[in-house]
Amino acid sequence: MHHISVTVDGTRYEADVEPRTLLVHWLREGLGKVGTVVGCDTSNCGACTVLLDGSSVKSCSVLAVQADGSEITTIQGLSAGDDWHPVQAAFKECHGLQCGYCTPGMVMSAVDLLAENPNPTEDEIRDGLHGNLCRCTGYHNIVKSVQYAADLMGGTK
Amino acid sequence: MIPGKFDYVRPSTVDEAVAALVAGGDDAKVLGGGQSLMPVLRLRMGEPSVIVDTTRIDEMKGITDAGDAVVIGAGVTHDDVAKNALVREHLALLAMTTEHVADRQIRHRGTMGGAMAHADPAGDQPPVALAMGASFTIAGPSGRRTVSAADFFVDYFTTAVGPDEVLVNVTFPKHTGWGAHYEKFNRTAQAWAIVGVAATVRMDGGSIAEARIGLTNMGPGPVRASGVEAALVGASTLEAIAAAAEHAAEGTSPNSDIHAEAEYREHLARVLTRRAVAQAAGL
Repeated sequence: MHHISVTVDGTRYEADVEPRTLLVHWLREGLGKVGTVVGCDTSNCGACTVLLDGSSVKSCSVLAVQADGSEITTIQGLSAGDDWHPVQAAFKECHGLQCGYCTPGMVMSAVDLLAENPNPTEDEIRDGLHGNLCRCTGYHNIVKSVQYAADLMGGTK
Repeated sequence: MIPGKFDYVRPSTVDEAVAALVAGGDDAKVLGGGQSLMPVLRLRMGEPSVIVDTTRIDEMKGITDAGDAVVIGAGVTHDDVAKNALVREHLALLAMTTEHVADRQIRHRGTMGGAMAHADPAGDQPPVALAMGASFTIAGPSGRRTVSAADFFVDYFTTAVGPDEVLVNVTFPKHTGWGAHYEKFNRTAQAWAIVGVAATVRMDGGSIAEARIGLTNMGPGPVRASGVEAALVGASTLEAIAAAAEHAAEGTSPNSDIHAEAEYREHLARVLTRRAVAQAAGL
């Protein structure tokens, strides 16, 4: 077992983990952060996307022990109390989800993209969400949601 | 799936990493960004007994100016390579190609050195290293050695890096002011290249003075299109580029698989070479 100390959604956690524990499994089973889901087991789908020290990563492709000393934000750490993050609000407003399974990852990828590019074109959004799959193929409204979120965050809506 | 059990070591220097690999025997494995290794572990296609995590080794994380070359630590992420000012100014082809690697999440985590050491024949960056004449610093129990790109890539998923060695950095000669373009032909947004062509050219007046071209997925490792490079010298028209690009499949040995027959890959190599060179040359 290896001792790790990780800040998740603003709270510092100390834990002993087996080296083979994936970050996503530790988040879900160790901390109960079940908002972050496992989709594919092949690194393709991006449903498990979280921010690790501010950058989006697929938490199925990082060992929990590698996150030692870092800061993680999951979908459950985005909102400020009852106030949703603008990206969450935009996904609701634009109906950016159908079954909802890809949504936590889509939202986290969108947050990451908008942090780097606050005013992306449609092509840049599609390229930026390259690592996230929606098996309902609801991409149209997802792209609209990210555009809407960009407007919300820029204060024009 | 959950990976099989392994011991985990996180060295803070290259020497410690080498010592851990020696202690771990043939079954020890280096973990860089993990974007190739983690899927292998999850699917239990590989079950190493010891994982040596190199992500906290400071020496492997910098990009430095070495006069006529840029030295990139093996542990620098794709995202940091693609955005680095030195890389963008002096190694435009590497910056451009790296932007095409996988997706944002994987570029945030995966490393250039890891991609080189993994040596997937469909990898985007190995042909860039070959075309630009990069050299690789490898550390092992008997010290450090430098290997040229031509000798680094040995076979499918096989490089000159031995089981008890670590790739420390890659040195790219500067190609300041050279035009560059990467053509990646793939089925879907997330798919690996069926064929890729990385081209960089130095223009003199309106014609090509020098060209360097690397091919992805046209053999067990990256292939340099030497015949095209020679034929391009002096080319100043799209017709001349098209004629030179006809040499693109020479000396290649592409696979046939469910995505493409070998013959089709040879066709793609010619077409994509023509497009990549025309873009790189601004013609």
